[in-house]
Amino acid sequence: MKKLTRFSALALTLLAIAGCTKKDTTTTNTNSTAASATEIVVGEVGSMTGSEATFGTSTHQGIELAFEQINAAGGVKGKKFRVITLDDQGKPDEAATAVTKLITQDKIAALLGEVASSRSLAMAPIAQAHGVPMITPSSTNPKVTEQGDYIFRVCFIDPFQGTVMAKFAKENLKIKNVAILRDVKNDYSVGLADFFTQTFTKNGGTIVVDQSYSAGDMDFKSQLTAIRAKKPEAIYVPGYYTEVGLIARQAKELGLNVPLMGGDGWDSPKLTEIGGKSIEGSFFSNHYSPEDQSPVVQKFIAEYKTKYGVIPDGLAAMGYDAAKVLADAMTRAPDLNSTSVKAAIAATKEYPGVTGVITLNEHRDPVKSAVVLKVAAGGYKYQTTVKP
Amino acid sequence: MIEFVQHLVNGLSLGAIYALIALGYTMVFGILQLINFAHGDVYMLGAFIGMYTSRAFHLADHPSVWALLLILFTAMTGCAIVGFLIERIAYRPLRKSPRINLLITAVGVSLFLEFSGQLVFGADPKFFPQVFSINADFSFGELKINPLQVLVFGISITLMTILQTIIYKTRAGRAMRAASFSHDLASLMGIPTDRVISFTFMLGSALAGAAGVLVGLIYPKIEPLMGSMPGLKAFVAAVLGGIGNVTGAVVGALILGLSESFLVGYGYPTFRDALAFALLILILLFKPTGLFGSKRTEKV
Amino acid sequence: MSHGLKTLWPWLAAVAGVAVFHFLLTDRLDPYYFTILMYAGINATLAVSLNLVCGFTGQFSMGHAGFMSVGGYVSAYITTLIAASHPNWIDDPNIAPTVFACVLMIAGIASAIMGYLVGLPSLRLRGDYLAIVTLGFGEIIRVIVLNVDAIGGARGMPNIPALSGFGWVFGILVLTIFVTWRLIHSRQGREFLAVREDEIAAEAMGVNTTSAKVRAFATGAFFAGVSGALFAHYLRYLNPQTFDFNRSFEVIIMVVLGGLGSLTGSVVAAFFLTILKELLRPLQELTKLDFRMVIYSALLIVLMLTRPNGLFGTKEITSYFKGKFGKGDSA
Repeated sequence: MKKLTRFSALALTLLAIAGCTKKDTTTTNTNSTAASATEIVVGEVGSMTGSEATFGTSTHQGIELAFEQINAAGGVKGKKFRVITLDDQGKPDEAATAVTKLITQDKIAALLGEVASSRSLAMAPIAQAHGVPMITPSSTNPKVTEQGDYIFRVCFIDPFQGTVMAKFAKENLKIKNVAILRDVKNDYSVGLADFFTQTFTKNGGTIVVDQSYSAGDMDFKSQLTAIRAKKPEAIYVPGYYTEVGLIARQAKELGLNVPLMGGDGWDSPKLTEIGGKSIEGSFFSNHYSPEDQSPVVQKFIAEYKTKYGVIPDGLAAMGYDAAKVLADAMTRAPDLNSTSVKAAIAATKEYPGVTGVITLNEHRDPVKSAVVLKVAAGGYKYQTTVKP
Repeated sequence: MIEFVQHLVNGLSLGAIYALIALGYTMVFGILQLINFAHGDVYMLGAFIGMYTSRAFHLADHPSVWALLLILFTAMTGCAIVGFLIERIAYRPLRKSPRINLLITAVGVSLFLEFSGQLVFGADPKFFPQVFSINADFSFGELKINPLQVLVFGISITLMTILQTIIYKTRAGRAMRAASFSHDLASLMGIPTDRVISFTFMLGSALAGAAGVLVGLIYPKIEPLMGSMPGLKAFVAAVLGGIGNVTGAVVGALILGLSESFLVGYGYPTFRDALAFALLILILLFKPTGLFGSKRTEKV
Repeated sequence: MSHGLKTLWPWLAAVAGVAVFHFLLTDRLDPYYFTILMYAGINATLAVSLNLVCGFTGQFSMGHAGFMSVGGYVSAYITTLIAASHPNWIDDPNIAPTVFACVLMIAGIASAIMGYLVGLPSLRLRGDYLAIVTLGFGEIIRVIVLNVDAIGGARGMPNIPALSGFGWVFGILVLTIFVTWRLIHSRQGREFLAVREDEIAAEAMGVNTTSAKVRAFATGAFFAGVSGALFAHYLRYLNPQTFDFNRSFEVIIMVVLGGLGSLTGSVVAAFFLTILKELLRPLQELTKLDFRMVIYSALLIVLMLTRPNGLFGTKEITSYFKGKFGKGDSA
């Protein structure tokens, strides 16, 4: 009994302490004078290590190239950009710590990142609370920009990308029966699959079967056998390239000679390396096509190739655009105060980016078109552009 | 009907791969009563050794049986050495320590291999060169069978028979069985226990290396974390069949492969990874010794 | 066992310390250091609760992150529901603490029930199986979370109310240490230690070993669940990826480094490793490689080979000052 009394005494005291001090004072706008006299410090958070390291690295190279060019051209308002890049290893809690460090220690003026929505969602509330404008290059979950008026993005959102492929399947491929194979472990894949289903069925198509796998699996034959029995005309696989190559191989082994369709997560040279001949004839939606002959795109590709020796993938282009949009807004803003920068980013109109003409709507999401590419021997062939 | 048979074929070929890994697992457990968590990672190393060998000799340019045998040889040798080192450095000094210490070390070794693998090979997936292919067509109409998987199935059964013979028909096998019964008693009988354990470890690791290469041929995407889940599943398969029993390991692996295939094929693909652990809990509850295991009492 | 109030005063001092620091640090300390401190506190709670299972009862659990996620998701689900229906319960500083305390309690209980369900079948068997089953349990929890749309599935759960704070995290830490300390110095605790030292002998002495193991396991799960709830309401975003096997492993290394069977060791190791992680950040940015987990796993092996008892063994830090608890608790 004595023990119990003592225990409850302690518990009550603790509760009392915790209770009497809960006052939530959100600090806003702490670093309006973030930029020093000669430079503008920009923070970047990305997955530089871990299983999604390739995405983080591509984005980082795009951002690096953009700021290099801006600085070479004299910077913004006479100041040069300096980027501080922190790694989050692909973990939401690490991303949150990294952002806090960038904002409070390095006093960044603006934040770029993250690739994946799951990390951006952990970062956004912090950037919002401290009043630091944040532009994510490629987080496609609609919830990201809903976190507050300081959060922007330069990529299209999941509902749109799902719609693009659904429209393409219906109008260009003229098919009615599609099977879905989604990666349940991956928020992006689940989102695309859901919105694809919505649009495709609304337009009169049928989803004959909805199967799933988890990233890291190596055997997909059971799913594909179940899919084969339903005789679809195409399979929508909105996963990452890491598994899609194997899925394509095993589909062919089972005699499933229908095209696969996917999203921007396919965009990697590894896709065709692992998939080999089996992946040829498949389609995926992307932010831009390296075949696009517009001068903005060709100039970017040429410069990227000189610096890194490879053709940039979609994520590099998104990183490049995010950095350019930020610099453009800072040029237009009357001063570098975070509220002015925020207002200037929100006012972005008809910015000619590599990944399309960017105009931000009232949800701070861009309204822009997507392209559909076909995987062919020796590279991706441009198919069509789908407008929102 | 054809779908059912196809699921059956898929399940058996997946089970054959689990069986390859489970054979090594069960041997090591049999002699040390230690869950060698690193076994799945040795299998990963086997795949990478195979990849680098084939790159070094440009084997993918001229696919042949000899190319396959060469990378199998290097992978098995490399893994045997790794297995020997793991046992010598990490496990042997702890043989008299509490079990929990040994278990923690095993987890440590496994993670060390996984994370240093990510540093050395890079975290992104790699393409495994196709050094060998079979041109035969094994399909019957709608029913498709990958000839490579038939080969793996054959190899698993052959290895099982060979191991069974080694364990029950040779002197080395008798020494292994004695050491597994009691290290101390076996030593008193003049059996070099340490050497027998090393030998078992090397044999088990070489099997894992071979599994890595064969899996690389069938699923040509390899990465540093590829071993952890198959490793755990192989362990479950080994427990299912009765740990320490080679026939049991193969049967357990085939059961696991089949049940996974049917679970995924008939509607619950997301619960695939949960299935193995559910099976483990069930077998531990109702028949902890496994299907073919023999009971052993523990004494103070 | 009990020495009246004499043994209570260090605890009250700790509580007072938490209170003082709460007022000193909240909203004053740089948010970056504050975040590290909060993570350290949460990790310390996790480590102490795992130490009860691993260190004092000798059962190797690899699913601590799973229990953490149960607590985190249960609590976050409840508070987001409350925030939607009774927003003033969250916003009103007079009501919120009571609500949060109840939510923490529920999170802990949910986790403890889970621990009981997982532990009961597997704890009847030898320790190795527990390791695998708990590992599998973590996976199963993840698969389930991924398939439940109400808590966001793979997309995660954003907009969790910010209820957690310094007082909460460190108050719970003190409470966890207090409960664990009382537990291991009670008759129950003697049973745990007996199980750790020799299961068969303990059974011969009349200890119901399965029951003892399950009790320790459920208690550990309870506090893991509570710390999961604290974590959820501090980060304000949950994602199944956060609770992967690496998280469990980080807690294991904290316990082993601090010493299996030393509560203060766990706390010190948790703080040390959480801060070390940030200190290693520049190295990682320089090399673009993640050395941390390699260092941790190598450290684990080396520790087991050279100093299997960790930094403090089964001793408490207080024993070095010859304080009230100077005897250490050799078992």
